[in-house]
Amino acid sequence: MPEILKPDLTDRSAWDRVAESQPFKDLMAIKRIFIIPACLFFVVYYFLLPILVGYAPRLMAMKVWGNVNLAYLFALSQFFMAWMIAGLYVRAGDNFDRISKDIIDKVSDLDFTGDQ
Amino acid sequence: MSASLTMFLLFIALTLGITYWASKRSAGASGYFAAGRQIKGWQNGVAVAGDYMSAASFLGIAGIIAFQGYDGFMFSVGWLVAYLTVLLVIAEPLRNAGKYTMADVLAYRMRPRPVRAMAALSTLTVSTFYMIAQMVGAGSLVALLLKGSGIGYNHAVIGVGLLMIIYVVFGGMLATTWVQIIKAILLMSGTLFLSILVMSHFHFSFAAFFGAIGHVTYHDKGQLVVKDFLEPGLRYKPPYGALDLISLGFALIFGTAGLPHILVRFYTVPDARTARHSVVWAMALIGSFYIMTTFLGFGAATIVGRDFISTHGGNNMSAPLLAQALAGDVFFAFICAIAFATILAVVAGLTISASTSFAHDFWTNVIHHGRERQAGEEVLVARISAFVVGAVAIAIAIVLGPTANVAFLVALAFAVAASANLPVIVLSIFWRRFNTTGAVAGLAVGLATSIGLILVGPSLMGIDPPTVTGAAGHLIQSKPWFPLENPGIVSIPLGFLGAFLGAILSREPSSSHKFNELLVRSNTGLGAEKAASH
Repeated sequence: MPEILKPDLTDRSAWDRVAESQPFKDLMAIKRIFIIPACLFFVVYYFLLPILVGYAPRLMAMKVWGNVNLAYLFALSQFFMAWMIAGLYVRAGDNFDRISKDIIDKVSDLDFTGDQ
Repeated sequence: MSASLTMFLLFIALTLGITYWASKRSAGASGYFAAGRQIKGWQNGVAVAGDYMSAASFLGIAGIIAFQGYDGFMFSVGWLVAYLTVLLVIAEPLRNAGKYTMADVLAYRMRPRPVRAMAALSTLTVSTFYMIAQMVGAGSLVALLLKGSGIGYNHAVIGVGLLMIIYVVFGGMLATTWVQIIKAILLMSGTLFLSILVMSHFHFSFAAFFGAIGHVTYHDKGQLVVKDFLEPGLRYKPPYGALDLISLGFALIFGTAGLPHILVRFYTVPDARTARHSVVWAMALIGSFYIMTTFLGFGAATIVGRDFISTHGGNNMSAPLLAQALAGDVFFAFICAIAFATILAVVAGLTISASTSFAHDFWTNVIHHGRERQAGEEVLVARISAFVVGAVAIAIAIVLGPTANVAFLVALAFAVAASANLPVIVLSIFWRRFNTTGAVAGLAVGLATSIGLILVGPSLMGIDPPTVTGAAGHLIQSKPWFPLENPGIVSIPLGFLGAFLGAILSREPSSSHKFNELLVRSNTGLGAEKAASH
């Protein structure tokens, strides 16, 4: 019998037992490893744009290629940054789905009818 | 009959056909509110794009870039990057733990009635403000586009209002979804074609295109000026410009993930995995569209010119006038029809999210303690409230009139979504200690501060020159008390602070005890609402 389904004599609900199980803790850990750094990175990268455009307009008006300046290239790079993070997240997400499925498969829906 | 009118009628006929088809299929509550949760990932992605890209982002953004250059492009960037918040933080937990509205997720661990009542108030506020801005825009736009056909502002507002009521009342979420999908496809193809035409004007030389942007000429107060439109600073000027730009960034990045009409779209797919894929589809379309605003906006500035646009309908007409200059009247009519479709798809999305929240959160859960007194009551109430919401929006738009200054209403919707909705959703999902008092306080503080700061900000307070009169001018003729157009930089932290203080100053053990349930549900999809079987 899988660990999650073992009978439990405390007043913890079935949800608590899943939340405290190792597979669920693993799921939360690998989600955190991706999502927190990704959020920090995109927020910093995004706010650099209005901060630099607002407070360093001279620097951002620097011409890089023909008439194209740093401000436009930095703004354009934001689109590719967003797409890249989205792409990486979809790949990481396949992993989350696999672990979630394992967890769901181990508990029968019957255990949860009383809690809904 | 003009070419524009013909294309408008074709689009209306097609969408009414879809509504009839959808009305036969959307049985039951989950059929009506969530299209049976059977929408495919790519379909929902395209529909999210169609739900999101409003008249403000098609006509408005082209106009802002055509008139104020680079600073306008900053909106384009924020509108895409915002989807990372939706993708990484909101979409999957919402789909896993909710049923029809964002309040479903909030109500899990808390006392449902106060939380749902506040969440419904916030949802209705955001949707109504946003809708009024769209309706006034639609009225003046359609009147302008169909000039000479005898269709005026009031007719246009009533027409748009009636159509959105019909889509939502009879076709529910399924019809709304397909109207949004068709609109997104039309918008993307029209924009792509227009961009190619702009580049062919410059013989497909990017050097020539960006070179032309370097010296845009127009008249300002009678003086001929030459400006480099790629340089920042034409819109956001000192002393507060930089801060306003950062504050705008806050509202866009954190507001999108709190917009009720975007959030409800994630309930239409079978599971969280599909919700994730649909955000990525939406990001592909939305990103490509906003990159192409480079060609629309700067193309209008260089090829058509500010002076001509000013005397031919103003900056909102930049994209249609560019189409006319490059490919003549039929393409002009096509772009106008796309603008019309754009508005309809967005107002339909707003109507269904407002009426769903009223019926599901307020009627069923607040007034009747979560029980339907008879089968089908919730859907019936939603249909009636969709009708009422539509009628009220029509009436307000007619009273305000075509010259009303409504652009600030869009900023207001984003500010409320970012300052009231987002903090409370995030803290509910991630903070064990969060509770009912915190949620109600967060929603109330976020709502009050964002509305309050816009009321005393430069959108509504200002001294107009004597030439500006009536609804076109500032509501309060006095120097603004708050210097920023966008209150996000102040109101979002205050929303979080309100939620935090409310939670730590009150005790509610049951909310912490039920945190594990929400944590497991939102992260694994255990016990999530299933798709209807075929």
